[in-house]
Order: sequence, then structure tokens, then C-alpha cells
Amino acid sequence: MAGLRERLSPGPELWRSLDELADTPEFRRFVDAEFPSIAERIPRLDRRTLLKLMGASLTLAGLAACSRAEDILPYIRQPENIVPGKPLYYATTLSSDGYGIGAVVESHEGRPTKVEGNPDHPASRGATDAIMQAAVLSLFDPDRSRMPLKHGEPAAYGDFLADMAELTSRLAGSGGAGAALLIEATTSPTMKAQLEALRARYPRLRLFQHDPLATPSGAEATQTLFGRALAPVYRFDRADAIVSLDADFLGEGPGRLAYARDFAARRRVRRADDTMSRVYAVESTPTITGAAADHRRPVRPSEVEAVAAALSAVLGGEAAPSALALDPAWLAATADDLKAAGRSALIVPGVHQTPFVHAAALAMNARLGALGNTVELIEPPDAMPIEGDLAALCQAIAARDIDTVVILGANPLHTAPAGFDVRDVFSQLKLLVHWGLYRDETAFAAHWHVPAAHDLESWSDLRAHDGTASIVQPLIRPLYQGRAVHEILAVLGGEFAVSALPLVRRTWAQTTWAQALDDPAWRKALRDGFVSGSASTPVDVAMPADLRGLNPRVEAAKGVEIRFVADPWLRDGRNANSSWLQELPRPLSKIVWGNAALISPATAGRLQVENARVVNIASNGTDIDAPVWIMPGHPDETVTLALGFGRKLGSVAALADGHDAYRLRSLEAPWIVYGATVAPRDGSARVITTQHHQAMEGRAIVRHASLEAFRKNPHFVRDGAPPAPTGSLYPDWQYSQEAWGMSIDQSACIGCMACVSACQAENNIATVGPDESALGHEMHWLRIDRYYSGPLDDPDVFFQPVPCMHCEKAPCEVVCPVNATTHTHDGLNAQVYNRCIGTRYCSQNCPYKVRRFNFLDFQEFDKDAAGPEQAAHNPDVSVRSRGVMEKCTYCVQRISEKRIKAQIENRHIADGEVVTACQQACPTQAIVFGDLNSKGAAVVQEKAAPQHYALLEDLNTRPRTTYLGKIRNINGRLSPGGKADG
Amino acid sequence: MAEAIAGKPGALPVLRGRHDLPEISGRISAIVLDGRLPRYFWTAFFACFVFVLIFLYSITYLISVGVGAYGVNIPVVWGTMIGNFVWWIGIGHAGTLISAVLLLLRQPWRASINRFAEAMTLFAVAMAGLFPILHLGRPWFFYWLLPLPNTHMHWPQWRSPLVWDFAAIATYASVSLMFWYMGLLPDLAVLRDRAKSRPAQLFYGILALGWRGSAFHWARYQTVYFLMAALATPLVVSVHSIVSLDFTFAITPGFHSTIFPPYFVAGALLSGFAMVLTIAIPLRWAFSVQDLITLRHMDNAAKLMIAAGMIVIYGYASEAFFAWYSGETYERTMMWQRAFGPYAPLFWTMLACNGAVLQLLWFRRVRLNMPVLFAIALIINVGMWIERYVIVVTGPSRDYLPSSWGEQSLRWLDFGILFGSIGTFFALVFLFIRVLPAITIFEVEELAGERGGAR
Repeated sequence: MAGLRERLSPGPELWRSLDELADTPEFRRFVDAEFPSIAERIPRLDRRTLLKLMGASLTLAGLAACSRAEDILPYIRQPENIVPGKPLYYATTLSSDGYGIGAVVESHEGRPTKVEGNPDHPASRGATDAIMQAAVLSLFDPDRSRMPLKHGEPAAYGDFLADMAELTSRLAGSGGAGAALLIEATTSPTMKAQLEALRARYPRLRLFQHDPLATPSGAEATQTLFGRALAPVYRFDRADAIVSLDADFLGEGPGRLAYARDFAARRRVRRADDTMSRVYAVESTPTITGAAADHRRPVRPSEVEAVAAALSAVLGGEAAPSALALDPAWLAATADDLKAAGRSALIVPGVHQTPFVHAAALAMNARLGALGNTVELIEPPDAMPIEGDLAALCQAIAARDIDTVVILGANPLHTAPAGFDVRDVFSQLKLLVHWGLYRDETAFAAHWHVPAAHDLESWSDLRAHDGTASIVQPLIRPLYQGRAVHEILAVLGGEFAVSALPLVRRTWAQTTWAQALDDPAWRKALRDGFVSGSASTPVDVAMPADLRGLNPRVEAAKGVEIRFVADPWLRDGRNANSSWLQELPRPLSKIVWGNAALISPATAGRLQVENARVVNIASNGTDIDAPVWIMPGHPDETVTLALGFGRKLGSVAALADGHDAYRLRSLEAPWIVYGATVAPRDGSARVITTQHHQAMEGRAIVRHASLEAFRKNPHFVRDGAPPAPTGSLYPDWQYSQEAWGMSIDQSACIGCMACVSACQAENNIATVGPDESALGHEMHWLRIDRYYSGPLDDPDVFFQPVPCMHCEKAPCEVVCPVNATTHTHDGLNAQVYNRCIGTRYCSQNCPYKVRRFNFLDFQEFDKDAAGPEQAAHNPDVSVRSRGVMEKCTYCVQRISEKRIKAQIENRHIADGEVVTACQQACPTQAIVFGDLNSKGAAVVQEKAAPQHYALLEDLNTRPRTTYLGKIRNINGRLSPGGKADG
Repeated sequence: MAEAIAGKPGALPVLRGRHDLPEISGRISAIVLDGRLPRYFWTAFFACFVFVLIFLYSITYLISVGVGAYGVNIPVVWGTMIGNFVWWIGIGHAGTLISAVLLLLRQPWRASINRFAEAMTLFAVAMAGLFPILHLGRPWFFYWLLPLPNTHMHWPQWRSPLVWDFAAIATYASVSLMFWYMGLLPDLAVLRDRAKSRPAQLFYGILALGWRGSAFHWARYQTVYFLMAALATPLVVSVHSIVSLDFTFAITPGFHSTIFPPYFVAGALLSGFAMVLTIAIPLRWAFSVQDLITLRHMDNAAKLMIAAGMIVIYGYASEAFFAWYSGETYERTMMWQRAFGPYAPLFWTMLACNGAVLQLLWFRRVRLNMPVLFAIALIINVGMWIERYVIVVTGPSRDYLPSSWGEQSLRWLDFGILFGSIGTFFALVFLFIRVLPAITIFEVEELAGERGGAR
């Protein structure tokens, strides 16, 4: 301290922290570890440099005050002062394919560590998905672009500004002629306002958008039918009968979390007189929506139109066409249920499907009266003042109309469809500017690359699926000189020194479509995490009598069809450098660290290929090699290819296997390709999966029944299951305080994997990489088991989340020779890492195999070598070293935090106060956690449900984590026995 | 006694030819004292020494990188380290059986083979003792299994079979060592007296603890030796029974079975005698001691092998039968998967080695044909290793939740450590032959004396 005072004594010098002021070695190490970009810039000194720097620092001394100071507001409560060790929570918004999903981010001493959903935000409703959880990891990703690049060489931002000043003066002179902007998918009102301002300033400036995951069919259909593009918002909470026409509404789309919540709410059955919705799904690739459906049929992508037309015909009282891939009884049952539901029916078209399917679905919804009830149409929140896509831009460049392009976020060099050479076209440009998070393919081709600020580093705004606007609030100052997109747009508009905050505030001070935000309203919007009253109002439309010329494709498709999907976690490839997402098993295939060409068992039989065998897939003159993966329930003669892999943009992405499916994509048909050929090649490629056996082997693992059967026999979970023994040699535990327990509703679980990702983020669970994953060394404490039952070609799918069961008579506890796994006073089965010597007997004796072992040193303990990723760690959870066992703790750190709080306030822990990470993330609220000793607790009520059972209860382990049997609303006409149909 | 030695007419003798005492002690001690061992002895030793180096490298690699470097994974968290451990412990059993049980039963044929069988026991236990430590995720904390009073008063968990196991091995190792050393004393004295160089005299002299061969000494020796034999005898049964409790105590299908203790003990004897033959057959050929270690020994060891082997086969049958008879779906599936699942090749190889090949020993001509007997012993050793491995891995690879089913792999480190330990074991055997009398001098003299003629 004396040293500090001495340094402070000379006068009012500006300083940021005491450590920095003292310039201790600890601080230097901290800088190195936390902010390598800064460390890189602390030069190795020779005498000459030293003299230069001394001169410079004298000159620059006066500029120390110029760093930006911005206000960000905490969520819920404003602490009087920051208490070290106590996290603060800020509401912000994360981008999901351009749409906003509200989040509440936990920040420890200015370091964001965990993303939770914002309960008040309409697209989150308190839930998160796996990608949102990984946002903190991508924030601290050391492979992110760290500095501006000029011709691929590091350069100063000032030089960039100088070049941009030149550009803006040129643009001002020419009215923007010859220049174009290429943006990615976004809903940001500020961006829209800035683009409009730019267009006003430079009338001849051209605006394009490139989104490899764009699905324009819906907009085309509404444009044709109603004369304007409209976006649907579904109300699953009002729907009694739901038909999905190749739609994955639970797994994809900006409203998926809200939809999953509403969907599960209508399917919550606890008593015999509870009702639930019924879902029919027609799918061209297996999705979690199909897995959640009561009746599901795989059809080829080209057949979905015919199914839509046939359903429309049957609803209209006509006979179904004879040559249909679908069983007429199935269609009739579906139609009858839809008719019975009337305005509570809902037909959801797949976003990838053709405009005809969208139009047919809208027409059917309108005929049933559902339009305006279960489906509402709003102005598309993602509408931007653009004139074309990447192809149009390339044409304009080729026509010499454009010689300057500024790319904001997109990576067209990688994500462009096959057929035109973007690199070649872009090489004709005089100036190519790229703004992005990574030094990707486009960044290296560009003349200037400017690093982007992460969502958690920047001010912005985004709109949700229903149009609700929310503010993107930074949690941390940009780590790597990143700039918000608004700053770049401002630069193009000639404002060189403006930061993003005033730009966003300017939008919201002048907004016309929602209430303008004055200071208190702005603060409220920040605190709430959304702008109240900004949701779009549904548009009233008049359904035309016919489909205005939208017709199904006439000819039957020949050859193999390719169905492209975005990888559920990597999306278009932007998350490829996130190890959490690479290692998170895909919901149905359980594949990690790569993608495979998914085919049906019958197609595999025809091609005579086995899993992981490499095949050549050719279409439109291009071809790729990919390993196949046989998916039960996949339509025949169809290949599903996931986009997002095959990139080597960072050290994590470089580890991953997988093929680049963009190379087969065509401009005309981005999602479905007809007439492809598949030919087996010699040899196989590595496909890593975390689950090798898919059948329940006749064991009562996921116990399930139809709603009808449940009504007849609410205790169906007891049927045929061996009874639990009652005696034990060991005395029972006594709990004077809490006794924690968990209940998981398998009817609600949709297998979305959000809980697994949340658990990983909360508990500092290491990723192990593809090689170790292939050996079975992955570390997830919580896994979601996926079982198939029924015929191979169209099986029923069951998901079962399996965390630690925290058994009362835990087999692991008695076999540990060193007391490393013990029973706590509140019923947890605790693992004491320091005591563990790694005999692995506990895992051997765990019938649920939920324990995970640190086979190697999966965590980096050297602070200097660990890199910035270590900043994403939760400081409340210790990281585990090599050679120790670990497992689910019921988030004991959260329990402790609440217990301490309750003890200070001299009260009991309230029900619902302790929320585990998995529970918090779950979009369907399938997981309920609480104190079993408290009579009215939600978890006690859940466990009183008739379909409640414990996994492997015949082993007398007496688990605290228990399950509610899965109940499905099966149509008795399609399977008279009440058992699931095919 | 004399009748027992002479045996029935036509029976194989335990000692061939006429011997006098100086000839016996001279011949046996010359191997040690002259040190002029044939070139192939040293060649073989250095071949083993290469494996010692591989062993050291593998252990260093294992400890510095972690147990993930060999094949274990979730769900099969136990692997070759446990398999090797059980295998080596089993091999150690024959020595104790020969030296203690056969001593108490006054079987004279034990005399010429008990010394190296005991040494083999010690080395096998030494190898076995390493594996539970190498198995640990944090091997440097192995001593936490000991009931050491520390500042936390944190004792081992007595309900865990691993703690019992630790105690059982420690007891077995120390009793075996004492028993072996006890039996060495008179021979060390012989070596001391016959040694010509001063260092050898000192070396053996110190080790001989002042043995003068007085009647007083011999009386004390007899009492203690028999007492210790009585102490060691229960260990033959107890050690492997406790080792088997590591498995029996677990609820994993394929582990949770009461047949394990006797089945493991029988398996131990089978593999132990197979290893005795594996060493004895080359030994009697290399040092031309066919008259001291006779066909009678080989015959008896082979008979014991088939006796133990048939119990093992009964164990296999009873395991399979009770998996079916229990009606437990978990046990049945595990057994079916063991026989027809991914580990089926290992399972059937095991049955072929330990079940089919063993049956050849019913034939006297096979038992007396040394090359064939040697081959059978080797095959049984391999079969027994596979048996241990199959038991360790198949249960957890097919347990309760099919979603967790999975197999582990065998990687270079698994083999590096296994073959390294075998090499180290044989290197120790070679050193033992060079430094200590591999055949008990005084007991063979006693045998010859009792047969008369020798003075």
C-alpha cells in the first residue's frame, strides 16, 4: 500500500485499477493471461524502442482520459458497491440467426461467465439453448480476430479510419456509386435506421444481404397471397391438434424456445382428466419435433408438397390422391383431428419447404379458422432495406457496376452456394472491407478486415420472433479491439469517432414504430431486457380463394434427394470454433466433432454401406465425399447433409472432422436438391458418437403410455416393471434440514440439449476433443439418452436426461476406499475431488454410469498457459485435475449460495429458490428441483404424480432424481392397442 | 516316508540316480558361485532386460500422462491394470501352495521345486502389487488406502473391498517373503561356506544370519518353518478370495456372483502351476538338473493343473447357468453379450485355452512330453490372462442402461505394461537363479539321505 500511495502522491493522474497502477508482476501476468491482445502489444524493449516509447508516452500522456466510459445497468437490483465474489446480472440480448433472444448474463467482477434466459423476454421465457450457453466461451475465444488487418497484415484502426475517410469522400462525391454493402441476417432497428440513413446520404449506394440460412419461401408465399411479406407467429398454447409439414419448430427458428415452452404447457398431464395436444409430423429428416410428435411419418423432401396438397384436399372433403407416400388412414385421422380442433388446429409448414407448402398451410389454417388464433401474421422483424442477395451482388460486380464492397459479418467466401466463384468475383474489386469475429476466408481475401465486437461486448438492439425489440448491452469492454457493427456503419456515414451506445440511443430516441425511449424508459428497457410494448401487432389478412398460382412441383423427383440442414449448434459454421458446441452431441444422432451424411436403413441396405463408410454424393456437377450415418426414421433415398463443418477457422475448428456441405448447395435450391447420386467409396472416415446402443433391450427405462392408456391406468409405470425392494442392510439417512430431489418429466423433454450445455457452462466441465471423445472420455455430467423403439424405418424416439441420481443407497459410496464420495446432510451424493485417488470403483459400481473421470489433464492449471478461455470459468466451481472422478452435484454451489443467504436472513430456503443450471435452461420446464422435506414444494407435487417412477428402482438404489413416465396422445384409430404406431 | 519317496513300482521317482551330499550342494551352488553361466542365459536375460526398459518407459509415460493413455473409458473404467493384477496374483499362488500346503501334507516331491516356486511367487506378487497403484488416477496418493493417522483423522472406508484388498496383498507379500527367506537360511549358509571370494563370503554370510547347522538350529528351524507354513496356508485361499470380492461386491452384472472366491482361487492355482511349468521346463533343461527336477514333478504339477482347471471350468459353467437361472435380464444379457458380443473372440479363445487345451493333460503321455507340456502351460497362461480381462471388461461394458454400453480398447500402453511386467518378472527370475540357489540344497540332500546311500 505504501508503494501505491507513493505512486499516487504526485497528483491527479488517471488510473484504472490499483494493480495496474502498482504495475506489479501479478498484474502483468494477469494481463498476459486475460488479455493476450494487450500482452502482445507490450513490446520487448531494446534501447531504441525504449527511447521511442518514452517520447511517445510523453506526447500521449494527456490522452489517457480519452478511453471510453460507458454506462451499463444491472438487472434486478443495483448494488451499492460491487462485492467481490458476488456476481451481478445484466439483461442483454443474444443474436440467433439475426433474431434476438433475451438473456440475463452472470458477471463476476466484470467477467461474464454464464448466460441464463430472461424470463420476461418473449423469445426466451427464461430458457436458453445450447448456443446461447456457449456465448461466453466464444467471447473469450483466443482465436477471435484481434486486430485490424490490411492486406492480411496487422494494421492500426486509425489507418483504417484514414482509408475510410478517403472512401466516404469518394462516396460523397459520387453519391455512393460503385459501392455496395453486404450485410448478414439481422433484425437490428439501429442497423436498419443506419442503412436507411446511408442510403439517404449516398442514393446510389447498393445494399445486399447474404444469409446462408435464409429461408425466403414463407415470405414469398405471403407476398403472393397477401401482396406483402409477412412472418408467422405460432401460438402452440392455443393449439389442440398440430400438424408439422416438415417443420422443426422446437429445434429451429427464432421462436423455438417460446414455442417449446407453449408446446410443453399444452402437454402437461398429471391427472387422468388432464388434456394434451396431439401432434402429427411429416418429416424429410429426423428432428426433435418429429421425436416429440405423437404420430410421425418420414417422407422424402419432394413428397411434402404432395402431402400438403392431399391434406388440403381431405380437409376440403375431397378424396386423397391415390399415389401418396402417406397411408390414407393416417391422412384421414389427421384431417379429422384438425377439423375437430377447428380454430385450435395448427398446421406448421417447414421453413425450408417450398412457397406452395407455406401457402397451403396458410390456406388450411385459414379454412380451419386458426389464422388469427393459433397462427398470427406480423410484419417480418428481419426486413431490411436491401435489394438483393449475394448472387445479385456478384452479378453487379461482374458487370463492373460495383468496385467497392463492405461486408458486415457475412463470410460469403465459405458459405456461398456452389456454382459461382465468389473469390474470383471479389478479386475484381478495388476495395473489399470485411468486418467479422474471426479471420475467416473472407477476412483474408479482403483489403481491410476489422474485428467485430462480440454480442457480449457491444451495444446494439435486436428484435425477437414476435417483433419485440430488446437492447444488446455489453457485459465487458471489447477484449480484442472489436467494433460494433454500428460503429462501422457510422464510419461509412462519415462519423468516425462515434461509439455504438449513442447510435443505439439515437435510434430509440427517434423511433417511430415503438414508443421513444427517454432516459428512465431507456434504463427500464435495459433492466427489463426488452422494450415494453414493442411486439408487433398481428396483421389482419384476407385469405384469397385460391393459392394465386402457387402449385406443387408437377414431376416426380428422380434419384436421391438431398436435404440440407444447418447444424443445430454450429449453424452456418459461425460457431465452429466453440469446443462446447463441437462436443455437444447432436440431439438425435449423438454425433460430436463432425457431421455425416444421414441416410435411412433401407438406403444403406441398397447401397450396401455401414456406418462411417465414405460415400460420394454428386449433384449438379459437383460432388463431395462424406461418411454415412444410418438414421432410423430417415426417409429413404434421401441424404441429410448438415452445413457448418469443414471449416478450419480456428484451433478448435481445425480439430473437428466433418465435410463442407456448402460445396453441394445450389443457388436455386438451397435447402432441397433433387436428382443427386450417392455412390459408396472404399474406406471409412471417423464419425464419433457418444451413444452406441439405441434400444432399451426390453428394460423399463423410459416408461411410456398413450394418454388413453394413462387414463385407464394412471399407474402404468408399475406395469411389468420389477418392484423396488424395501429392505436394506444399511440404516436410513436422517435429514433434519433439506433433502434435495429432482423430477424429470419425460413427456416434456424434447431432447434439445440445452441442459447439457448449461451444465457444462455452470460446472466448468472440460471438453476433451475429438480423439478423446472417440475413446469414450467425454465429460458431460448430464447426458440425454436417446432410445428407439419400434420398426427401424420409422421408430418411436424417446429422450431421457440422465444426471446423477443422488441415490439414497448409493452403490458408489460404499466402494470408495478413501471416502471421496459421501452422503451429505441434505441428501446429495457429494464428490470430494481432493480426496479422490482415482480407483474408479464408484463408476464401476454406478448402474447409471453418470460418473465422469478425468482420464487425462483436461483442464489447464497453468494460469499463463490456460489462455483467455479460463475467464469463462465459473469461479464458484473448482476445476478438476487429472485422475479424479467428477459428476453432477445438483449444482451444490447454487444450493450453498442460497443456504448462506437464507441463514443470514434466518429463514428456510424457499421452494424454487435453488434452481439448478439444467432446470434453468430447460425450455419446456421438464426439470423440477427442490426440497423433498418441504410439503408443498413443486418437486414433491411432481413426485406425487401417478406416472412417477425411479430409474432401475429394482436395484434398491433409491434415487433422488426420478422420472415421470412419457405420455403421448396417440390417436386410437391409428393404433387400436393404444401403443405407438410405426 | 521312504515308501512315499520310493513310491509304487512303476511310479516316477522324485529323484533320479544316486547322489551324495557334496555332489548335490556342489552342483547347485556352483551355478551361483562359479557364475559361469551359459551364453544363452545372458542372452535371454538381456532380452528380458529390454522389456524391463519398456516397462519403465511405459510406467513413466502412464504416470506423467494419465490413465487415459491406456484403453479405459466410461463405461469400462477398469482395464488391463486390474486384469494384470489379478493374473499376477494368481500366478503367485502356486508358490505358496507348493511350499506351505505341500510341506504340511508332507509331499516330498515339493523339495526340488519349492525354492523357485516361492521366488516366482514373490516376483509375481511384486508385479501384482504394482498394478493397483498404476491403476489409480492419482497413483502418488496410493498410501491413502493405508490406515495412517493424519491430521484430518481421515481413515480409509472399511466397507470398500479395495481396502481389504490392499491389506490382503500386503499380508500375502510379507508372509511370502518371510517364508521364502526362512527357507533360504540353510542354503545361504552352504553358499557362505562354499564361497571362495571374500565378497561372496560376506554377502552370503550376512544373509545367512549366523546359521551353523546345529541340531538346535535345525529344531528351531523346523518349528518355525512349519508354523509359518501353517500361517501361509490360509493365505492361498484368502488372498484371491478377497481379490475376487472387488468384483463380487460390485452390483455390476457379471461381477456380482458368489461363485467368484472359489473360482478365482482355482483359477489362481491353474495359472500358478502353468507358470511353474513355464519356468521349470526350460530350467531343468538349461542346467541339466533333470535328475533333481524329475518327470514326477512335472507330472504332479500337470495333475494339479487339471484339478484346478476343472474347477475353473465348473466356475464358467456355473456363471453361465446362474445368469440364466437367476432370471435377471441384466445378468442374462451380459452373459449373452459376453459370448456373442464384441468381446466374443476373447471369450471363445479363453474357453479354448482353459477348457479345451487343458483336457490334453488327462493323458499321461502328454504330461510326460516336455515340449507339449510347455506349450500347454504357455497356452493356459495366455488363457488365464484373457479370462481376467474378459471378467474385468465385459460386465461394465454391458450393464444396466443400454445407452451407456460401450467397449474399451487395447492400446500400446496396455501391451507395453503387460509385456514389460512379464519381462521384468523373468529378468528377476534370471537374477534370482544367478544369485541364489534355485533348488533347495538341504531339502534335496535330505531327500537323497532318506533314500539311503547318500552321506
